[in-house]
Parts: sequence; C-alpha cells; structure tokens
Amino acid sequence: MIYADNAATTKLSEAALCTMTDLLREVWGNPSSLYTHGQEAKEVLEKAREEIAAVIGASPREITFTSGGSEADNQAIRSAAERGRIKGKKHIISTAFEHHAVLHTLEKLRKEGYEITLLDVHENGLVTPEEVGAAIREDTCLVTIMTANNEIGTIQPIREIGAVCRARGVLFHTDAVQAVGHIPLNVADDNIDLLSASAHKFHGPKGVGFLYARKGILLSNLIEGGAQERGKRAGTENVPGIGAMATALKEANANMAQNAAYLTKLRDRLIAGLKEIPHSALNGDEKRRLPGNVNFCFEGIEGESLLLLLDDKGIQASSGSACTSGSLDPSHVLLAIGRVHDVAHGSLRLSLGEDLSEEDIDYIIRSVKEVVTYLRGFSPIWRDLMSGKKEFIL
Amino acid sequence: MALYSEKVMDHFRNPRNVGVIEDANGIGEVGNAKCGDIMKMYLKIEDDIVKDVKFETFGCGSAIASSSMATELIKGQPLSEVRKLTNKAVAEALDGLPDYKMHCSVLAEEAIQSALADYEKRTGKHVE
Repeated sequence: MIYADNAATTKLSEAALCTMTDLLREVWGNPSSLYTHGQEAKEVLEKAREEIAAVIGASPREITFTSGGSEADNQAIRSAAERGRIKGKKHIISTAFEHHAVLHTLEKLRKEGYEITLLDVHENGLVTPEEVGAAIREDTCLVTIMTANNEIGTIQPIREIGAVCRARGVLFHTDAVQAVGHIPLNVADDNIDLLSASAHKFHGPKGVGFLYARKGILLSNLIEGGAQERGKRAGTENVPGIGAMATALKEANANMAQNAAYLTKLRDRLIAGLKEIPHSALNGDEKRRLPGNVNFCFEGIEGESLLLLLDDKGIQASSGSACTSGSLDPSHVLLAIGRVHDVAHGSLRLSLGEDLSEEDIDYIIRSVKEVVTYLRGFSPIWRDLMSGKKEFIL
Repeated sequence: MALYSEKVMDHFRNPRNVGVIEDANGIGEVGNAKCGDIMKMYLKIEDDIVKDVKFETFGCGSAIASSSMATELIKGQPLSEVRKLTNKAVAEALDGLPDYKMHCSVLAEEAIQSALADYEKRTGKHVE
C-alpha cells in the first residue's frame, strides 16, 4: 500500500505508540487527584507541556491542551472575538481558503454581528502582508490566517503578517495544523499570538491537540466545568494522548530538516512527472508549499473515480471534487485560487510521507497517467474538448 | 464498511457498453460539468427494440456504475420497457446507492429518457 494522504492523517509513530500504551497501562490516575498516582499523571502532563512549548518557542503556561485542531481554532477565534467585543472591535480578517474549523466559526460570528473580511489568496494560493495591512481597520480585533493550507500546501508569509498585525496592535492567530512538526515555527520569531495544532498530523494520536496563546491573552472557555487547564478547558485531561503528542512532536522536530529535504525531493519528482499529463495544472505555488504536498487538476475527469481507481492500484489519496466533499460544490480552496468548477472536480491531492521511496513516486506517476487516460477515454467532456466543441481551460 | 456495494464497484471497474455508436438514432446528454456529472447515452433502435446502447460519463464512481447498469437494463428491450425505466430500478439493480448518491441514478434515468425523446423527435414516432 502506498499511503499518500498524510494531510488527512498520519500513522502513529512507534515512539508515540509506546508512550501511549505505557501511559494507558501505568499512569491511569486522574491528574487532579492529590495522591501519588494522580500526581504522576500530573507530572506527565506538565512534562508534555514543557516539551511542546520548547519546540515552538513558547513557555509552558502558554500551552492549553485541546481535543484537536478544530477545538483550538474555535477557542482561539472565540477568545479574540470576545476580547474585541468588549473593546467595541468587531471586525475580523481571514482568508477564503481557511479550514472549515475557522470559516464556520467566522460564519457564526458574522451572524452574531461581527464583520468578516476574507482576503483573496490569488492564483498561487498566497496572501501578502501588504494586503493584510491594508485590510486592518480601527475596529479589527483579529487576523486569522493559516500557516499552511491543508489542500494545496501553500505556506503563508506568517512572520511578516504577524509583524504587520503586531505593529497595528491586532491579535494574530494561525491555524498551523498542517505546519507544526513539518516546517520550522517559532511563536516569538514569527510574531504569533495564537496558534492551533493537532497531534495526528505529525504522527501523534487522534483526538488531541493544543492551543498556544501568548501570555496575557485571556482565553474564553468552550467547555465549562472543572479547573483543568487553568480553568480554560474543563474535562479530565487525555493524559496518554497528550504524552504521545509530546513524544511525536519531539521526534518530528528532531528529524524535521532531514524529513523536509527528503520529502521536497519526492514532491518535486512527483510534480515533474504529473506535469507531463496534458491539460493538467499544479494547484498552488510550486516552491512555497509544504514539503510533502502535491495537488493537481486534470481536465475532463472527475476526482472520485480517479481516487477509486488509484485505490485499486494500492494508492491512497484524496480529491477536492464535490463527490468527495459530500456537497454539490467542489473544494472551496480550489475555487478560492480561481479554479472553475469543471476543473476543480478533477483534482487530486497526494500528501507524501517519509516512508515512501522514489520507486513509489514513479509508480504513482505511472498509475495516475494510466487512470487519467482511461477515464478521459469515455468522458463526454474530454470528447468535446478534443473535437474542439469546447475550449480547454488548462 | 465499503463506500459502495460490490455490484457498484463491479460496474465501476468494468463498465459495460462504454463508448460511442456512430450511427445512433437516439442521443441524450444530461448533467453539467459544474455539478461534476455528465452522462451521454447513444441508442441504436431497430423495430422498436434497443439493438445497441453505449454511454460516455464524466463523473464519480456511482455515476459511471449507474450509467453502466442503465445500459444493461435496456439493452435488447422493447421501447415500451425503456420508457418505464426508473432511477429506482437502476439503484436497486446496483444493490443500492448511498443516499447522497441517488442523484446519479436519477441522471442515468434522465439520460436514457432524453435519448429516447431524441429518437422520437428524429423519427416522428411516439413511444407509449
């Protein structure tokens, strides 16, 4: 099997699995209990907090554990919106291609009376710091822009965006779910006020993540209850998950440079190979993208059938077609970078992992070429394009 | 659990009656690229019987499987039977489709009925 959907989730690392099973078996006490067994669990939590904070250049008190990236995004945005409201500032800036955890939260805030500006992400899938600066108003309380896009992998100039926000006194949140553990990030150097991360994107377990909030930024609760996480996130902590997340992040961080160099080599080989398919196009900037991300559109075919046939060949990938999104519209990310519906339906995302070899990449290239040619062979759109009845878009 | 029934996967992997009939006397095309599904049906009708049928489809797995199954259901059938073809029959013959994919079977029914209407228009015949 060739697993090329690491942007959806990653395989749990052996080290993280060991941490998790050890903790499940040995350290099952409640961290809020004051006897020894509870305090052992508390120690695991605080050690994990220190380790995670160290990786992103934060202090431990600035890390709040959550159930994952979506919860962290919700809490970050809700908190900033609440602080803004108190000061009479109800304008938020974001982009059109954020993750739905961000977009749907913003949509709710819009209904609650906030004004939302979604910046253009251009054809290359990149936001410019100048456009962020131009969009900031007197009543702007938050700028939320993802570090790396989950579909097309483009990496935003967050350090520069953060600097613009800081100079204007506006909070800057970044959904770094796809970036943490994959590219260097430092909340101090990168001028980040709030950051969301999810463990299962860096070979940690599912159902656990964290929110970084710079010292002094008051968080609003999404979940009320006990005093866990300094009262900002109630519920008995997921000790094994949090411990395993710290193990996975330390590991990812230690191997980051090596992994990124290797994945970049595989990525560029795959991009070069798929570019040979006529009437296809890479989505997103070719270089300013995550080391393992490849995303293409192929004209004349539909993404779900492409995925099913690749699955038959042992290749697991994803698509932004309507059929795979469960709605009538194709991916909002592809539409945001200007791909028209017809073409966006024929998209393929391959997000690579370190376990793949160059031979695997060549096999993917051969297989995609074969399947695209086969599907075009009985596509009425392709017939119209080839006969000149319709004009090629790509 | 798999996304689709084995029958859907069989018709998707090995679609029956794929292609074009050059001298078709009934052609129907439905759907649009914006929504992600287009089906084109070619009928060769002789003596009020579907002598041959072929299809071309741009769409997801269930769209391709629905097209394939629909052609199988009408091949060799009298036009009166073709007229009665429903999306339900297509979906049932495929051992069911997920709810959000039922529109694929609707598209297959519409493509066949559209090809039949084209035949009526071309020949001036009326199919009961």
